[in-house]
Formats: sequence, structure tokens, C-alpha cells
Amino acid sequence: MTGLRYEAPENLNAAMALLGGAEGSARVMAGGTDLIIQIDNEMIEPDLLVDIKNIKEMRSIDQVDGGYRVGAAVTGMELMEHEGFCATWPGVIEGVSLIGSIQVKGRATVGGNVCNSSPAADSPPPLIAAGATATIVGPNGSRDIPVEDIAVGPGKTSLAKGEIVVAFNFAKRPAHSGEAYQRFTPRTEMDIAVVGVGVNLTLDGDGTCIAARVCLGAVAATALLVDEAAATLIGTKVDEAALDNLAKAASAACRPIDDKRGTIEFRTDVAGVLARRVALVALERARKN
Amino acid sequence: MATILEDSKFNPDQKLKVVGTNPVKHDGPDKVTGRAKFGADMYLPGMLFGKILRSPHAHAILKSIDTSAAEALPGVNAVATRDDFPELQAGTPGGDLSRNIMAREKVLYDGHPVAAVAATSESIARRALKLIKVEYEILPHVIDPVEAMQPGAPILHSHLRTKGVEGAQDTPTNVVERLVCEMGDVEKGFAAADFIVEGEYDSKPMHQSYIEPQGCVASASQDGQIELYCCTQGIHVFRDRIGEILKIDSAKIRVSQSEMGGGFGGKTSPYAEPVAAVLSRKSARPVKIVLTRNEVFRCTGPVSATKSKIKMGCTKDGKITAAQADLVFQTGAFTGSMFFNGPWAMFTRYALDNIHTVACEVVSNRPKVNAFRAPCVPQIVFGVEALVSEMANKVGMDQIDFRLKNAAKEGDTTVFGQTFERIGFVETLEAAKQTDHYKSKLPEGWGRGVSTGFWFNRDGDTTGSLTITPGGSVTIMVGTSDVAGSRISLSMMAAEELGVPVEKVRAILSDTAMMGNNRVTAGSRTTYSAGMVIVDSARQAIAEMCRRAAEIWGVPVEGVEFVDGAVHPSSSNVGEFEPMSIAEIAAKTSVSHGAISGHTEMNVTGAGPGFGVHLVDCEVDRGTGRVDIKRYTVIEDAGKAIHPLQVEGQYQGGAIQGVGWALNEEYIYGEDGRLQNPGFLDYRIPVASDVPMVDTVIVEVPNPRHPYGLRGVGEVPVTPTLGAVGNAIGDAIGIRPTSLPMSPPKILKLLKDAGLNTN
Amino acid sequence: MAKTHITTTVNGDEYEVLCEVDQTLLDVLRDELHLTGTKEGCSSGDCGACSVMVDGRLMCSCLVLGVEADGKSIDTIEGMADGDVLHPLQRNFLELNGLQCGICTPGILIAAKNLLERNPNPTETEIRFWLAGNLCRCTGYDKIIRSVMAAAEEMRGN
Repeated sequence: MTGLRYEAPENLNAAMALLGGAEGSARVMAGGTDLIIQIDNEMIEPDLLVDIKNIKEMRSIDQVDGGYRVGAAVTGMELMEHEGFCATWPGVIEGVSLIGSIQVKGRATVGGNVCNSSPAADSPPPLIAAGATATIVGPNGSRDIPVEDIAVGPGKTSLAKGEIVVAFNFAKRPAHSGEAYQRFTPRTEMDIAVVGVGVNLTLDGDGTCIAARVCLGAVAATALLVDEAAATLIGTKVDEAALDNLAKAASAACRPIDDKRGTIEFRTDVAGVLARRVALVALERARKN
Repeated sequence: MATILEDSKFNPDQKLKVVGTNPVKHDGPDKVTGRAKFGADMYLPGMLFGKILRSPHAHAILKSIDTSAAEALPGVNAVATRDDFPELQAGTPGGDLSRNIMAREKVLYDGHPVAAVAATSESIARRALKLIKVEYEILPHVIDPVEAMQPGAPILHSHLRTKGVEGAQDTPTNVVERLVCEMGDVEKGFAAADFIVEGEYDSKPMHQSYIEPQGCVASASQDGQIELYCCTQGIHVFRDRIGEILKIDSAKIRVSQSEMGGGFGGKTSPYAEPVAAVLSRKSARPVKIVLTRNEVFRCTGPVSATKSKIKMGCTKDGKITAAQADLVFQTGAFTGSMFFNGPWAMFTRYALDNIHTVACEVVSNRPKVNAFRAPCVPQIVFGVEALVSEMANKVGMDQIDFRLKNAAKEGDTTVFGQTFERIGFVETLEAAKQTDHYKSKLPEGWGRGVSTGFWFNRDGDTTGSLTITPGGSVTIMVGTSDVAGSRISLSMMAAEELGVPVEKVRAILSDTAMMGNNRVTAGSRTTYSAGMVIVDSARQAIAEMCRRAAEIWGVPVEGVEFVDGAVHPSSSNVGEFEPMSIAEIAAKTSVSHGAISGHTEMNVTGAGPGFGVHLVDCEVDRGTGRVDIKRYTVIEDAGKAIHPLQVEGQYQGGAIQGVGWALNEEYIYGEDGRLQNPGFLDYRIPVASDVPMVDTVIVEVPNPRHPYGLRGVGEVPVTPTLGAVGNAIGDAIGIRPTSLPMSPPKILKLLKDAGLNTN
Repeated sequence: MAKTHITTTVNGDEYEVLCEVDQTLLDVLRDELHLTGTKEGCSSGDCGACSVMVDGRLMCSCLVLGVEADGKSIDTIEGMADGDVLHPLQRNFLELNGLQCGICTPGILIAAKNLLERNPNPTETEIRFWLAGNLCRCTGYDKIIRSVMAAAEEMRGN
């Protein structure tokens, strides 16, 4: 690393220009909590760091059409301190609150957590379960895509060169809906998910599930949106039989690896157990909404 | 004058004013304000930054090292390789240490140092490392100790033959030593048993995981003197071993100690310090090396992995009749695990007549193990206490009553030949039985585990001095290290002896030039041994003050006595004199015989063995196998707690280190022989939210050999933990785990195999 | 390597520093300003020994670049006491033996102070989770938690 350069533009256009005009490799830096470690360990050797934290529109949390727009460079702590968002999307907050220590969350951003594309990241499963979309800005303009379409593999995204995720969009939450996220880790904190499960469901007036999204983390190369698991809940009262089917469907969807953090067997088993537990929390929240 | 070892036994009638209180420790204010200087906190003018290049291979021949490009990089002032270290014979202590610090013929583990550079910045040093070309011839490697014992296993050292095996050995082996320990006749013992229990247990290496990585600054001058500043558990040992491997006279090396950010045994031997010394000699500038966390995990510590097969028998009325064990201890790439502690300590809490153990120490392609609180004991006690609990259940006795029935007492002889003097195991067990914890009803679904632990407690070479200032305050100096607050404990003992408030005493840690040799600060020896030395020095100073007063008063020295911080006439027959305080006598030193001081070197003996009992309640998540520690109580004999808050801290810290080891901590290797989890993210030590408060009960059965009765308290608190947590899990789920760590995947597997898993 | 000039305020004092882009704030505090109270335990954000406040936000200084500190206000352990008077947290840690070796202590004090500013009456569980990013290997956490609770009580005026 002989000439690492650092720039902190104050608007998106300047950021685009830096990323587009860079010779060598340029990296977007949001919280930097993954990036700085990667540089320190010489896993990456970029020539330019574009710090996006000074770009106002990427730092704000706004109510839009009854929903929320969360800037991609909003830190974990900032989002966790937003009372309105916390009340509406408690499952997303559960994921964000597990991104790391208080210190790490003081820096780490949702955008960074998503774009780092770790299969075990804690915010993607609840974001995906919530049906959130990402607004992406690049040399060819702006587009919105579902969050599940961002990561394509460990450390890899579908973003083109020069593109930045600028915000996440959450639609207005329907009545009688609730979501939740839990992960399994050996420790209570400071750990990487061995399995993570986000469940978002909507009930009708009678308590029958009319919509559901189930997303599993850390059991495949990317977070998995599992339609088969959601289908086990839709049309049911989320009773024991439905939960058993959900657990089976969640386990069946797992395509994990054996590694230092968990075995295939363990991840598969725990995915089912957690899916059931998380669905019960989401159900409880939906009933109160 | 007789020393304290002969003439100052424990006095039960003394009225203590300072010992047993909780003053703020001397090093505290600097540590809460950021002023305290640890190993990495020293900056010298002109200082260079050193970095070490490490092998990515677990086992390879080191064919060539080309450092020319690194040397040519601007800012690089020195490069060191094996060629800069004198060649010492392989298989000798110096030869092994030298080869661990800088690989010579082969690299023997992932992370083994192969070269080092010193440059004007850390960034340049890192770039220089990348320019060093190393040619390796990769060899097959072996990680697991049992595999390393098999015929045909990759051999680490061609010179190695097994110690303790009769007859000539033609072929090299990885088994360093086979040690048999026995007493009585186990066959007879098992024949007399009504119940025989047995099990096989295994453990993985855990790392001491001190939060402060090793850091040092070495400064060599052109006349061959080397000054070394570092965090160390033994300044003299560092000096002597560095002198040995660099072939430098010890007196030319001066080692000063920084504050130490945790050691737990892991800072008893050098790693980067001799490398910094070599780089400093080559560059003629001070060189600082601070290890990264990755280097700490890959190259320092850890503790021995073990396999143990244990068998015990007892009568139906609960008397243990025999105990037998086959033990394997992995020592890493070089010998030095202190594995003998395992067979010596494993059954020693109990008064047994018949014991037979065979223990092997084995090398494999892992970093050389280092000491950790009660080296090689907790992971073996893990199995022993499983069997003791199982026997209690079979006999139908209360867990503590069963242990009481077999408890070691004064007069019992151990397998290593010591006959116990007054020990406090029975009192500790009885205190455990009286705790609220033990008497409490176990909540539904939880499990409760009991385990006991023992450590010899060490003593040995120790030096210290005490000086009274003209104003009557006191400076003490010791050549030991302060790993957890010994400075205040020693000051308290000096204050007690001299009858002054502890605020009048200040303790200083010496460098190697100020004090004679000390054994490492390890083995729970320091407050005991340095305490003996400081009390002796205080008594020398008191004797001198009595002589001075006698001279001033013109009376025989027998006519004066020292009471409550002042010299008095011992009776009215001596004459009418106003008592003279320490300050009054000290104020006159310039007109009498100079400063008043005491100075003691001693090979201290008489450390009293320590015993502890741990009680653990846990809850097991039957869907995930995760174990939650709900309640923990440590009951342990301290002999006498000099500073009770610090003693409690030792108990609590030991227990939680053990909890980490019991539940999650382990070295994980890939097929390539590389360590997969060299960081705090994947090497999982407990965080604050993982654990409950730890209740403590300090039992005080005085050590008859110490003036205040103290026993070491540093190691015992780890020894029962693994067994206690294992027994608690066993009680909760009905299956006693046998493999450490008892991590969620293993526990869930046990539950599934038994059909006990739920949602 | 070209260095970047930054101006940063540490414990109320303004400093000008030339730093390399790959130097972390931790490196700058220690190697450039010689403020060594902020400790390095892992350099990966996993141990919390390097905790500092950056513009009022608790962070690991090993996960912040030095160049990012330009124009920012940093608080470290060296600024916690008010001259000769220790902060109640510092005093309670001393009196209740909330530290053994002391290497984690600066980071824990910084983190605990931030907690008490946000929540003057935290439960034991809240303290444990807030401090989960600050590893301690000596104490088993018991006396750390008790020290924070005692300081909180004192600061509430009880």
C-alpha cells in the first residue's frame, strides 16, 4: 500500500465522480468496521477510499408515504435510537442490534453490513423478510432493487462498478403484521451468526396468516429468502402443525458448510428450531399490531 | 540471624490492623487514568518498529531465506534470520527455545518465526516482510497428539527419544516422555470396590488470552549491553534465557518490567524479546516489537490438549479404593508442558491408597504450549470429577458428603511424595455445604454441578528489600512481577509488621540489576514468597531500629522492644524513656549509622497447598445445545486473605476463565494445519453478558509456615471449573459430556442421540 | 508515502498531526500523540480496549482511520478525571477492585461513562450487554459490573 488515498465527498455526485474517475481500485467506506480490518490484514489493497459518511442524504432517516427511507450510511446506533422506526420494525432492529458491540454499532452502517455480503451478516435476513428495497445510484442513474438481490456470494454483490447503495426503503406496515429476527451464537454478544432467521408475517382479522416472508442467514452463500417456509405459514393460524412444517421447511432449505463456526448438521437443525421460535415472536407482534 | 523460614511461624493470636483490609492498590490510580505503562507503551528516541515474518506452513524444511530485497527497502535498518542466532544443540532447553524463537532447520507450526525486520515505521516494516523470499519444502504435519503417537506419524524432531522408557530406542518418536506415578496396589483397590466407574475424556488447547499482547523495546549499545523493557512474569528468567540463547553474559542484559496486562502463565517465557534484542544490536537503535492478536494466538501460549482414560472404584459406603489413568498431553512443537502436574494433582484432593497413572507428553505441529493457571490440571480434573460425581450417585450419597468422606487431610501422603501439613480441604467442603447456593432448591430444568480442585502452590527463589525513609515512610522492592496486585498485598504485610498505616508504604518492582534472582511469578507463589521476604526484611529493619534506640538510650539491645510502630523500653528496669517512633529513629540516621533497611534473599519453602470447591447451576437449551451459566459459587481456602477483594477477584476470574474453556474456547485447525480462529471473534472468551455474578466464600485455614497464614490463590480457582460445569450439564440433561469444550454442537448432538432434543 | 494533515481535538486540546491513510485513530493516538492510555488488544474491534469517544459516540479507535479524525473531537481515558479529582467511575473501580491487570480498564471506563450518560440507572443486565464489547480476562466481570453500579448510584446522588 504505497499510495492509499482518502476522500470524504459531501454529495453523491462528487462520490460518483471519485468512484468513476479512480485509477486502480476504489472502495466505498461507510462505517469501515469491516473495511479497515480487511486493509489491516492485507486482504484488500485499495488505492482509494471514498468515505460516504459526509453525504447528508445517506445519513438521514425519513418517513416516506407512511413507510421509512433509511440512508445507507446511517449507523446501527442511530437507527436503534430512532423511536418511530424501532416501534415499526422491531425485527430489523433486532438484526441491527446484533451487528457488533456498542462500539462497532457506533460506526457500522446497515448499508455496509448488507454490501459487505457476509453470508452470516445480521441485518440482511430481517431486511429481506421485511421486504425492504435498496435504492442504488450509479453512473447510469438510480434504481430500486429488493435487498435479497444485492448479495450474490460471500463478499460479492450485484452492484456494478461505481454504484452505491444510498438508502433502504420500508413500505408502510400493514395492520396485524409483525416481524422478528434471532440468531444463534455460542456467546450472547460479539459473535458471528451460526444461523440467523428473520420472519415477517401478516394476519387477517381472524388471525389467519395471509402473507409471510422467511429469510435464513448463515446457512448458504447468501441470505436465503425461503418461499417454501413462508408457504407453511400462509393460510394457517400459525399453530403447532404449521410451526412444525415451518421448522422442517427451514431446515430443508439450508445449504450450509462445515466450518469453524458450525457444522452442517448443527446449522440445519438449529435453523428449524430458530424459525419456529422467531415465527412465534413475529406472531405475537402481529397480534398486537 | 535466623530467617523467617525457621523462626516465624503463623501466630494465631496476633491482632491484625492492616492484613485483611481492602486498601486501594498502588497501581490502581495509574490504571484508571491511562497513565500506567504496559509493554507496548514505551517509546524511546530513535526507536524502530520490528515485525516478524511467520511460517504459513505447519511443517516444512526451511530451505533458504533471501532478505536482500527487504534490506534494500528505504527505512529498513536491520533484518534478522536464523543466521543471527547462535546455533545451540537441538533438544537442549536452549536449543529448543532458540528454535522456537527463530526457526532453524524446519518450521514446526503455523506462525513459527522465520525472519524479522526493524524499520522506521510499522508500515515500512510490514512492506519489508513481504519482500523476504522464503523457500519451504513442505512436510506432512500432525496436529492431534494421539495421531502423533502412532507409528508412521510425521516426526518433528529426529533426535527425540522417549524419556522414561526402558531399553534402547532406534527410531525417533514424537513422545517426549512417559511418566508412571503410582502408590499402593490398584488391582487390589479395584478388587475391593463395589462400584467401578470409568470414562474417556478429551480437551482442546485453550489460550491464556491476556488482553495485552506481548510488547517490548530492546536497546543494545555498541559495548554489548542490552536493555530490555517488556511485559513479563519473570525478569530474571527472561534475562537468563535470552543470555543463554544469544550467548551474552547475563549481567550485560538488564530487563525492566512494564505493567503487565494479564499473563496467567503465558508470559513466563520470551517470544519476540530476543528478536528485538538481535534487531537492536544489528541496527544500533532501540527496537520495539508488539505482537498482533493474530500472532499471540498462533505463536504464544496455549495450553495442552489432552486425552484421558480414567477409572475409579469405591465401596458401597462411599470410600474410594482405587484410581487409575492413562493420560496424553500435547505440548506443541517443543517440550515444556509441565505435564507431570496432571498425574500429580488429578486425584490429590482425595486420600487414596491405590493409584496408578501413565502420562505421556507428545509433540505435534502446534505452537509450543505455555503455562496457564495450574498447568495441565483442570482438563484432567474434568474427567476425575465426572467419575467422583458418578460414584456419589451410585452410592446414593450427597455430592459433598461423598467428597468429605474421601477428603485429604493433614498427615495424608500424596502420589508425589508430599505429606500434607495442615490443609483446609475439609473446612472448604463444609463451607460449601453451608452456602445458600448449595442449600437452595434447584429451579426446574436446571442442573447443578459440584467439583473440587487442588493446586500445590509454589515458592522458591525470591528477593526483596525494605527501606525506611528519613521521614519514617517505607519503600519496599521486590524482584517478582505484579500480576494481580501483589504490590499492595506486600505493602500491607510490611505495614502490619512495622505498625504503620499502609499509605506509608510504597512498593516498587525491580529490574534485573537491582535484585538477585527470582523464579517466575507463577504457580501462585508470589504473594506468599515475596511476602516472606518482605516480612523478613521488615523484621531486619525493626531489629536495626531496636539497636539504634538502645544506642541512643545507652541501654543493652535486649532492653528495647518494638511495639505498634515504636521502640519502647522493654520494662521499667531498663529506664524511663519516651517511646521512639519509626519516624523519630529514621530522622536520626544521618547522625547514627546511616539508612535503616532490610534485605532478603531466600529460597522460600512452605507454600501451603490450596483446595477449592465450585458450585455451578446451568440451564441447557434443548433446541440449540447452548449452556447458560445461571449461578456460580467459589469456595476456597486462602489460608489468610491479605486483601480479601483481591482474593475474591482471583476466585471470580479463575472461575470465568474456566467457564470459557468449558463451553467454547478451543484451537480449531484446518486440514492444512493452519489455525482457523486466531482472533477474539472466533476464539470465544466469555463476554460480560455471558456470565452471572460469581459468589465467593473465602475459607481461612492458616498455612502454618507463613507469619500471616497465607496460601497462594491464583491457580486453584481454575482447577474445578471444567468439572463443575460438566457435572452441571450432566445433571441438567442426564448425560455427562466427556469432550471439551462442551460447545453447542456437541451438546445438541448428545441430546439428539438420546432423543432428548426439543424445540 | 504522502501523509495527510489533520487537525483534531483530543480531550479539549487541539492537535495537528501528519498521518498515513492506513493509520488508525488508535495508531495516531498512541504512536503520534503518545496518548498510550488507549490500549491495543486486537485491532479488529473485538476487545474494546481501544474504546474512545468520537464526537460523543463510543467507538473502537482501531476501527476509525486517523484521517477521519480531522475536525472531530476525541475523548480518551486521559481526559476522564477532572484534574486531580477522579471521575466517580474511576474511584469506584479503585475502591471495589474493579480492575486487576488494568489493560481493559481505560476502555471499560470510557464505555461505562457513556452508558451512564445515556442511562443513569442501568440494570445489571443492561450494564453487561453494554460492556459486552469490552473483554476482560482477569476479573470474571463481577467487580467491574459492581463498580459501575456503585458509581451510577453515587452519580444519581443516592
